[in-house]
Amino acid sequence: MATTTTGTAAAAIYSLYIINKSGGLIYYKEYGGVGGTGRMRMDTNDSLRVASLWHSMHAISQQLSPTPSCSGIDLLLADSFDLHCFQSLTGTKFFVVCEPGTPNMESLLKVIYELYTDYVLKNPFYEMEMPIRCELFDINLSVAVQKDRVALLGR
Amino acid sequence: MQFFGGSDVSPSPPATTAAGHNANMMYMFNRNGVCLFYREWNRPLHTLNPQQDHKLMFGLLFSLKSLTAKMDPTSGDKGNLGMPQLPGQGCSFHCFRTNTYKLSFMESPSGIKIILVTHPKTGDLREATKYIYNLYVEYVVKNPMYAPGTPIRCDLFTTNLDQYVRSIS
Repeated sequence: MATTTTGTAAAAIYSLYIINKSGGLIYYKEYGGVGGTGRMRMDTNDSLRVASLWHSMHAISQQLSPTPSCSGIDLLLADSFDLHCFQSLTGTKFFVVCEPGTPNMESLLKVIYELYTDYVLKNPFYEMEMPIRCELFDINLSVAVQKDRVALLGR
Repeated sequence: MQFFGGSDVSPSPPATTAAGHNANMMYMFNRNGVCLFYREWNRPLHTLNPQQDHKLMFGLLFSLKSLTAKMDPTSGDKGNLGMPQLPGQGCSFHCFRTNTYKLSFMESPSGIKIILVTHPKTGDLREATKYIYNLYVEYVVKNPMYAPGTPIRCDLFTTNLDQYVRSIS
């Protein structure tokens, strides 16, 4: 199938975080820094700190809203990356860090959420709010995050 | 860096459109976190008193900056989370969006922060914040009666700002 891999469609996803409703990091995956170099490398403590910091920033942004019923930051545009965040109804937050201007991230987050409900929540051995260690989730996630798959989400 | 290039504020402020109520409010902080200027155009919801609101806003920006500096995928050595950074150092951010508002952020080399809160559907406002910075340079910094670091009370600045903000789409 002739996929039109334009520059933007093949853009990279740097990392994925899933945090529970109290701000604890329950899943973290890195997909390499810029150009596939291992530059991103964040140690465990740092990833936990970043996750809980994001949780608080998300909550503060709701307080500062000029109009009622704000649900928190869903997109942050930084100088060298974009951060897309999706919050489920139960307060679990999913966020991806990707190359600036990467399209279809909202749909990717929805897909990841579906994978989470299918392979994590329906796993009888999974304890709620605890770190995710499910092999099937890992496998299906890595498939979903592949660049060409993400490009297809746009159609 | 265009900050010092053009003090050409007057030539062509973008044409004002009919739909002119996109801006909610604006904050301006100096590098010490003092709120120099606050103005609101459309803000139905107040959750806190003004002082606390300004503090919370500054705190949010400060923490978001340390977060983006730490997360920066382009550099290897980033130090610890929350490491003090000079303006322009490290990876910063220029905007974030929620379902109810969009916040655009600009920091000048001297640490003046301009925060513009608008409707979530507004486009890229990097030029708009720069234009506001130029208004600040023209009407506040060049005002001999203005003492740096004190709250801004310049009528010309406010009127020009109000006029400009109406054109933001």
